[in-house]
Amino acid sequence: MLRGRAFKFGDNISTDHIVPGKLLHLRSNLPELAKHVLEDADPTFAQRVRKGDFVVAGKNFGLGSSREHAPLVIKMAGVSAVIVKSVARIFYRNAINIGLPVLLCDTDGIDDGDEIEVDLKVGRIKDLANKIELHSSKMPQIMLDILHEGGLIPYMKKHRGFDI
Amino acid sequence: MGKTLAEKILSAKSGTDAYAGDIVIAQLDLVFVQDSTGPLTLRQLNESELDIIHNPNRTIIFLDHSAPSPARALSNDHRFLRDFAAEKGVVLSDIGEGVCHQIVAESFANPGEVIVGADSHTVTAGALGAFATGMGSTDIAVAFAFGKTWLRVPETFRVVVHGRFSRGVYAKDLILHLIGGIGADGATFKALEFVGEGVRLMRMSERLTVANMAVEAGADAGLFPSDSVTRSYLESQGRGKSYIPLHADSDATYERTIEIDASRLEPTVSMPHAVDNIALARDIKGVPIDQVFIGTCTNGRLDDLRIAAGIMQGRSCHPRVRLIVAPASRDVLLSAIAEGYVATLIEAGATILPPGCGACLGTHQGVLGDGEVCLSTANRNFKGRMGNPSAFIYLGSPATAAATAIRGEITDPREIV
Repeated sequence: MLRGRAFKFGDNISTDHIVPGKLLHLRSNLPELAKHVLEDADPTFAQRVRKGDFVVAGKNFGLGSSREHAPLVIKMAGVSAVIVKSVARIFYRNAINIGLPVLLCDTDGIDDGDEIEVDLKVGRIKDLANKIELHSSKMPQIMLDILHEGGLIPYMKKHRGFDI
Repeated sequence: MGKTLAEKILSAKSGTDAYAGDIVIAQLDLVFVQDSTGPLTLRQLNESELDIIHNPNRTIIFLDHSAPSPARALSNDHRFLRDFAAEKGVVLSDIGEGVCHQIVAESFANPGEVIVGADSHTVTAGALGAFATGMGSTDIAVAFAFGKTWLRVPETFRVVVHGRFSRGVYAKDLILHLIGGIGADGATFKALEFVGEGVRLMRMSERLTVANMAVEAGADAGLFPSDSVTRSYLESQGRGKSYIPLHADSDATYERTIEIDASRLEPTVSMPHAVDNIALARDIKGVPIDQVFIGTCTNGRLDDLRIAAGIMQGRSCHPRVRLIVAPASRDVLLSAIAEGYVATLIEAGATILPPGCGACLGTHQGVLGDGEVCLSTANRNFKGRMGNPSAFIYLGSPATAAATAIRGEITDPREIV
């Protein structure tokens, strides 16, 4: 069971909001890059986020670039899961590949700062402040398997190929 | 049961009878990274202990996003990538050769292939009838080693294009119009397939512009049939033998059909800070512009520079405007020099950049100042995209860009041509 605070963002948070191209020179220095996570959406996020917190947003989260550094720095900031209305395809694959869970549900009922509890096994999200319970739509089995192994690299080490 | 282009290609490459919604393991014909995603791919490959490259001749490392390097850390990333290419014998496309998607079109992509690249605009090669899609560094690390990846066969939106563009209207206006209509997430997890008389009339450069921006509607792929235009293009690039005709079946199942009359389109722009936030150029004319950027994998091809030079010929940039031009590849640059387009643009006040991506993503070469406004021929205008979250980016065709550079404010190119 995961528990933490919600950091609420709007619709269409792009990979440029999460890790802009102007910081390309930091991509081989991930700890330094992580200090700038989501800077162009909320300049105070990186200082305020604590281990276990959640990024909660509207539709089309992570649109844009294929840069996997986007989910990587969100994970490195301590975020335990991303909870959004909908997600861009490449960000979705990337997040699961690096072991960052993405839950898909109607996030309108979650407010910034709410205490959230997530049961990943059944995809249940509880907003303890607003006393509501939400359920994530199911991801394809292969993505569940990759997430279960902690990401694509541990999955490949174990399976030596894709099992579908 | 008939198949869409995506279903046909992914069936053939997975050895299955695949339809939308199926998960397949597809054989890959081409796999690539660029310098902003490549270092992480190589580190993940190392981490995975998969010390093999499945097909080095069809594995490419492009140095295009920071080309030439503006910073020590990026120079070291380049060293890392060059050393890897030399050690493993994979193809290296070094600085100055051009933007990955342009080089893939010029020299590698063929109809019926499955292509994956660690860059979202990998979809560009859909113009040649390839199922091409962007992925992240770790997916591509596994693709480097195995030559295969898993894909969910997408449902397809069939986009039927009727007629031909009228004067001053181009492929960029078509794709901006489409994205404005269906939204920046309108085709998420779907493929776009372009068909109809209007498509048969589209040159390869126009198809590449349209396919390039499929991802801006969230699509997995933007697919064109392989036809006589494809054959002529492949022949012109010395790959005539790679031509195969490829069309969707007439009884294929589409999730949705969208009809567009190209002859009724008008010059269209995206307004800050979203690609789907569109307006007609004539409705927002007069917005003052500080910088005009012509280039990128969307609109940095020879036809684009020809259109821009045709409008700039004998005219000058407005005194406020900085016009910067980045040809998409070395071949484009050489041809544009030979045709006189480069001289025309420089005489009009343009600064010519080396072939590459830097200005588009805000790494270097054209970073905007606070409050500045740019009109760009690129594919993205997200907040912060050109290196400054306090700047504003409009997107338009090379003709709209050239007309805007002359007037110093957003201009419908039909007022000038």
